[in-house]
Amino acid sequence: MSNPHGTGADVTGRARVKMTVNGDPTDVTFGGHKTLLEVLREDLNLTGTKHGCELGECGACAVLVDGKPVLSCLMLAVEADGAKVTTVEGLADEARLHPLQEAFADCGAAQCGYCTPGFLVTAKALLDAKPKATRKEICEGLAGNLCRCTGYIQIFEAVETAAAKMAADGVKK
Amino acid sequence: MMRCPSFRYHAAKSVKEAASVLADEGPKAMLLAGGTDLVPNMKRRQHMPAVLVSLRKVKGLRGVKIAKDGSATIGACSTLADLALHPRLAKGWPGLSRAVSSIASPLIRAAATLGGNLCVDTRCNYYNQNHEWRESISFCMKAPGPHGTAIQEKTHGTCWVAPSSPRCWAVSSTDSGPMLMALGATVTLESKARGVREIPVSALYGDDGMAFLKKMPDELLTQVRVPAHAGAKSAYWKLRRRGSFDFPVMSVAAWVKLAPGGEVEDARVVLGAVTSRPLDCPEAAILLGRKLTDESIAEFAEKASAHARPLDNTDFQAAWRKKTARAFLAGALKEIRGDDKATLGVLAQRVMQGASCLG
Repeated sequence: MSNPHGTGADVTGRARVKMTVNGDPTDVTFGGHKTLLEVLREDLNLTGTKHGCELGECGACAVLVDGKPVLSCLMLAVEADGAKVTTVEGLADEARLHPLQEAFADCGAAQCGYCTPGFLVTAKALLDAKPKATRKEICEGLAGNLCRCTGYIQIFEAVETAAAKMAADGVKK
Repeated sequence: MMRCPSFRYHAAKSVKEAASVLADEGPKAMLLAGGTDLVPNMKRRQHMPAVLVSLRKVKGLRGVKIAKDGSATIGACSTLADLALHPRLAKGWPGLSRAVSSIASPLIRAAATLGGNLCVDTRCNYYNQNHEWRESISFCMKAPGPHGTAIQEKTHGTCWVAPSSPRCWAVSSTDSGPMLMALGATVTLESKARGVREIPVSALYGDDGMAFLKKMPDELLTQVRVPAHAGAKSAYWKLRRRGSFDFPVMSVAAWVKLAPGGEVEDARVVLGAVTSRPLDCPEAAILLGRKLTDESIAEFAEKASAHARPLDNTDFQAAWRKKTARAFLAGALKEIRGDDKATLGVLAQRVMQGASCLG
């Protein structure tokens, strides 16, 4: 049952969007009231993205939409029609972890790990835009992601470690 | 877990189409831009729009254009991240740049829009709570009950901040509003019924926590026009709990044009988050023709801070917010005067922290 206005919930309350999720073309039908977070977790089984405060205050649900880090708990899924979405599941290249994921593990930047997916994708967007981000820029760029147990120092160090590794790898290539 | 109530969704492709849907659907329809203010409010049932008119696919509502006369036209759907990073805005209107980079967090600024921040809902400790919390003390006049509609009608409820008050005292929480008012900016509103009209930002607001916008429900805010800075200086000082996040609980937006000799030719100062609208300080007139000396600044700050009558409905003690208003009024002018920030006190360091913020 299609909506005359394109995407979005029809009279049955269902909605359908086509988006690219972690590189895969995805066509999904869902309850039209759902947020992108709810569709990712409940309809696409991508549970790496976490459900935190649900009001935009904690950053646990961050994903990349067209390369920009946004809060999937505040984005209605109908709004993602045509978008390229990257979740934490899309960071690794096959079996090879993303340098940020490696660095988070090596630096002890994840204690309970609940905030980690949000930090990873936000940090990826930051380093994509600013490969040589300074500590201050990292600190500001991650200001919307809250961590309640690891502490921020290891997280900042992990981002710096990853940035250095990505720069070195880039040179080798 | 809180979920959004159901709604019909309409992705408009043009301003005209959006205006037409708003006209047809009436006040039960709401505009959706970045969604960072509306979606939490829908989850908490402060807003239950029957129809959402999305502006995401409307072309031409994003971007900054600087005209030959030096004025800037900013599309209402420009994200705050884009504006915070815009080099020409930062150079010509540093106060605006700081105001937008101080809004929320980078994750929110990546989605939130300038139009959305201008129209951001007013806030109150008794309002920004979930449905169950509000129901438990009985709904206040601003927060609708179970049958709430998108347009909040004064049908029931009291004001929990000032129980004998006939009006709602929820606090204006926009950062861009006070700054754009101080800069003398205008907004363009478009509707099917009235066509296009351009009004000063100051005329966009009403001093009522519920009827805080003079924009009609069928109108879209499409663009903001900021007059040429022509060498005038601007500053924005924002009080908040965390330096990296948080709505304002008091702010000062200042715009000053100095003559070559240092005398004030023109000045506008606006207080944010002290009542339900950004508040112009007419006392700026006492600075005219005078230099920004410690004495003139202190006299102005003393008189203008009388406007700040914050109530006990946001973060921090109301009395302290009022006291801080005087310090911020003086601080913003001292920054415009060119004082070294090291001499402006501890709060100044935090105020300026956001200045180099990433979008």
